[in-house]
Amino acid sequence: MGTRATDEATDATQERDHTAAARTGTAMVGLESVNKHFGDLHVLKDISLEVQPREVVVVVGPSGSGKSTLCRAINRLETIDSGEIRIDGKKLPEEGAALADLRADVGMVFQSFNLFAHRTVLDNLTLAPTRVRKTKRAVAEAEAMALLDRVGIAGKAHHLPAQLSGGQQQRAAIARALAMHPKVMLFDEPTSALDPEMVGEVLEVMVSLASEGMTMIVVTHEMGFARRAADRVVFMDAGQIVEQNTPAEFFDSPQTERARSFLASVLPH
Amino acid sequence: MNILSENLGLLLQALGTTVMMTVVAGIGSLILGVLVTVARVSPIPILRAAAFCYVQFFINVPLLALLLLAVFALPDAGLIMPLTPTAIIVLTVYEAAYVAEAVRSGVNTVAVGQVEAGRALGLSLGQSMRLVVIPQALRAVVQPLGNVMIALAMNTALAAVVGVVELTSRVNKVNLVYAQPIEIFTAAGLVYMAIALAIGLAAGRVERKVAIVR
Repeated sequence: MGTRATDEATDATQERDHTAAARTGTAMVGLESVNKHFGDLHVLKDISLEVQPREVVVVVGPSGSGKSTLCRAINRLETIDSGEIRIDGKKLPEEGAALADLRADVGMVFQSFNLFAHRTVLDNLTLAPTRVRKTKRAVAEAEAMALLDRVGIAGKAHHLPAQLSGGQQQRAAIARALAMHPKVMLFDEPTSALDPEMVGEVLEVMVSLASEGMTMIVVTHEMGFARRAADRVVFMDAGQIVEQNTPAEFFDSPQTERARSFLASVLPH
Repeated sequence: MNILSENLGLLLQALGTTVMMTVVAGIGSLILGVLVTVARVSPIPILRAAAFCYVQFFINVPLLALLLLAVFALPDAGLIMPLTPTAIIVLTVYEAAYVAEAVRSGVNTVAVGQVEAGRALGLSLGQSMRLVVIPQALRAVVQPLGNVMIALAMNTALAAVVGVVELTSRVNKVNLVYAQPIEIFTAAGLVYMAIALAIGLAAGRVERKVAIVR
């Protein structure tokens, strides 16, 4: 941290704090001047962001700030109007086989879990490895069981998603994404649909993942998680990256008025 | 009841034809109907339009007209096929339109997030359809599909008009000889009711078995 980026993003709206390595094209995820509109609404305004390998970036901001859209754009669940998104150096392709290949390398965890409702937890984990990676079923199942054990729900392997609690479903969903050996994990408000007492168990899994060096982009309202696990906090408001910094700097001495008022509104809770 | 026992062999044979037509056209229409649904919800405009036209055509033309067309007009155009297979094909393409409508309503019950999760894992659009969407859609519409199958079983009787000797045609022929319409047609009616009941009960069992707990 520390090298101020000056050569690329010339828009004055953003305060940036990048490592020098990010400039050399080694970023795991790179967004450059990304714009997106929903009708008249400009949801992503000239967003540039680079995430280094093993880095954990937490994206925070008020509702409607565009942070979920940003997260979903990275694996093209939302298309963008202009700009460029690269994953591990490769430009995000158009819809088709190449995009499917790239998505296979990007784990995604949704707010509403989205486990396949008609399949057991174990089948949820083995479906993509066997169908996309062509892993042998026995191998995929052994690996899936190890992952379920790791997230603490091995006993639920043969249950249907609806038979699990929200926290268990989200842990299964994380394990499902990990089963593909992703290069980077995207979390789109992973705890927002959970009962409060279940948030901890999911964050625990995410913290352990972060400590193992997984590259992660996490959109969340959990400021405690940001403090504990983030290398960098990105604050978004009204479709722009307003401020980004280390968690300690961001939470203790926010640089912008918008960040200060956002923090004032969320931190007392 | 004499009339029934004396003609038992012929009547059973005709019942066999009715059941066979129902089973073959039933399986065919389920497969074709699902394919039409997939086309209907696909992102390819020309496929969607073709599926829409298919469904509209077969829902808006009477089955009897289609049967007459296939049996009398197609041979005129040089396409000659045996009667029973012709009737089965017409029943199949006709009921497939109703299957497609039922399955499409099932597709609408599948949450968008299910497809997104599949795509995010690297499944192709086809795989997402085959492995995630259609299995869930079918589970949601077992009972409506059962009703389509019952309608199909009843509709096989129309094949009598174009000369297929199935149950209705056979009892009609028997009645022409014996002139005991009440006994013979009541018996046939009871048999059709039994077929409908069997399909309905089977659909109920399947539905309980595959229903998705949410």
